[in-house]
Amino acid sequence: MIEVLAPLPVLLPLLGAAGALLVSGHPTYQRTLSTVVLAVVLAVSVTLLFLADGEGASAVSVGGWPVPLGIVLVVDRLSALMLVVASTVALGVLVFAVGQGAADGSEETPLSIFHPTFLVLVAGVGNAFLAGDLFNLYVGFEILLMASYVLLTLGGTAARIRGGVTYVIVSLTSSLVFLAGIGLVYAATGTVNMAQLAVRLGELPEGTQVLLQSMLLIAFGIKAAVFPLSAWLPDSYPTAPAPVTAVFAGLLTKVGVYAIIRTQTLLFPGGALDDVLMWAALATMLVGILGAVAQSDLRRMLSFTLVSHIGYMVFGIALGTAAGLAGAVFYVAHHIAIQTTLFLVAGLVERQGGTTSVNRLGGLARRSPLLAVLFFVPAMNLAGIPPLSGFIGKLGLLQAGVADGSPAALTLVAGGVVTSLLTLLAVARVWTRAFWRSPNQSPADDTAAAAAADAGPQRAGGADGADDDGAAPSGDRPRTALQDAWRRHTAVATASEPDLPPAAGAVRALRPLPRTMVGATAALVALTVALTGLAGPLYGLADRASVDLVERTPYVASVLDEGDG
Amino acid sequence: MTPTIVLPVMIGGLYAAGVYLLLDRSLTRVLLGFVLLGNATNLLVLSAGGPSGLAPILGYGDPEGFNDPLPQALILTAIVITFGVSAFVLAIIHRSWRLARNEAVGTDEEDRRVAARRATDADELDPDDLDPQDRAAGHADSLAADPEDLADDVDVPAGSGTR
Repeated sequence: MIEVLAPLPVLLPLLGAAGALLVSGHPTYQRTLSTVVLAVVLAVSVTLLFLADGEGASAVSVGGWPVPLGIVLVVDRLSALMLVVASTVALGVLVFAVGQGAADGSEETPLSIFHPTFLVLVAGVGNAFLAGDLFNLYVGFEILLMASYVLLTLGGTAARIRGGVTYVIVSLTSSLVFLAGIGLVYAATGTVNMAQLAVRLGELPEGTQVLLQSMLLIAFGIKAAVFPLSAWLPDSYPTAPAPVTAVFAGLLTKVGVYAIIRTQTLLFPGGALDDVLMWAALATMLVGILGAVAQSDLRRMLSFTLVSHIGYMVFGIALGTAAGLAGAVFYVAHHIAIQTTLFLVAGLVERQGGTTSVNRLGGLARRSPLLAVLFFVPAMNLAGIPPLSGFIGKLGLLQAGVADGSPAALTLVAGGVVTSLLTLLAVARVWTRAFWRSPNQSPADDTAAAAAADAGPQRAGGADGADDDGAAPSGDRPRTALQDAWRRHTAVATASEPDLPPAAGAVRALRPLPRTMVGATAALVALTVALTGLAGPLYGLADRASVDLVERTPYVASVLDEGDG
Repeated sequence: MTPTIVLPVMIGGLYAAGVYLLLDRSLTRVLLGFVLLGNATNLLVLSAGGPSGLAPILGYGDPEGFNDPLPQALILTAIVITFGVSAFVLAIIHRSWRLARNEAVGTDEEDRRVAARRATDADELDPDDLDPQDRAAGHADSLAADPEDLADDVDVPAGSGTR
């Protein structure tokens, strides 16, 4: 059963992408095709999770080559759980994007490109989760990165190119570090199969082990946005279209976290770099959340909280105990869902209010109570208010930290509490400003044009974009078209729609929100709430997964037995 | 197996030149740097395959007479990936040039704005000195209208003006 199902999360989206390219002239077919493909992938992933939970880890060699030589896909509890969560949010985001595309025509998401690329992205994520050898993991990363480059620069507006350049260059560098790490691992051990590596790496001298471990950690740390390597993320994510940012925030960094979990537990169980990871986790949490508090743009604020909460997962990994890993696994699942949802809500806020700058927004709670609820519940969940799943995840991690009892772990427990409180502060600021204050207090509506003229060259897209052509000539200095283009090129990252036709923002603010988009977001919000209800079974699953991770034998045995058979 | 000095020197040189170019603001140089780094990495993986100069697989024979074919297969994949990504970066450079006649990496203005905020108490700031974006939301000055006119029809709660 697993032999048939395991390759499907990779194969189906790739075939679907090819199909979506073939029918690129018919948006309706394309939408139906990609939605059906992702729904099937979700069903397959759920089945895999049940099988893996029942039977334990199992390996499938692809293409008929025996195990140490051929490519092997491994389904264990961790990878199956990641697959389920990833395909769920991917489906939700796709429905949201379909709704957005239907509402906007092809203005926001060039449909013929979006769907195939999105499916390739899902295939890359699936491949990274299932990969049983380091090089296949690298290929999975490259597939999803290549798709993400295209998605991030979709439409090729100046702001997106600007943000995209940072992202592409940083990702390329991390891929090269990863590839060099693979080369060194191969030179040292003569294999890239992770199960064999788990056996052979332990026989190496300690210094070599630490070198290999740190190279892989640096490569994955860049992808997961762990602190000293996280500066690229808040710079590049906010410029992309809302569904793209949402799926990036949910999945891409978590693939990095998954890779860290896998390599730390399976390949380098000695925990030689656990102390480094501890302090990196602390710095990630605190620096990230302090950045979030300083932001006045909703999407940038969310990007910083994304960085900050990666720290919790790294904390769980650094503890290295089964309890810590269980907390980290649960937190990854929770955070994928929650962060995706919040970015989708940010997309809705942008449609409703015409901007994501909290200084300009106001009165959203009165204008759209549903939107307010959709923001409030996941925001409280992110901050970790009981009884929501964010609280359960944080509690599990903090308990694991206290149980560890070392001074570093206790410092991190304190840091985790502070981060949680500061997250509450950051989302509460957005709530009071964008949603709660009376709309009259905000210049978002009638006075937007005046404010935009006032803001002059600093103005930042959205509603004030309505005054684009009106304000420029009356500015303090005449601008040539070239200078104007350059100014737009370096425009602030918050200018997500700088090239919209004038008045689009203003018109949009009055339109009701498309039902499909709200429906998709509401479904994901319901999912995050359901995670609270299902926390018991889910945490149990995370526990069992982390016991497997700490023991290592189920994974290794499944792969090497496959080789014997 | 005799150790060779040529490969390590070349790998080191390529890495050094690649990193130097990668740190430039001009995107074309960044791309060139990336290509150099990619080649350096490929050579690194190649040197993991054993002594240089032997064919990977040549007919049937003693395995001692072959080089390890796996690193070469890995490099082949990596070269294809590098090629695709380089093409994409070129496309970005072209687009950047078309948009702005400039292909240097720009400054992040939003970062600058956040960084330029003073560490002073918010109460001591004169909102008129601030960028309109940074003015407190409910502040009359941010409405770009005469505060006297607004006083009648806007219900400003106490305290919001000083935020």
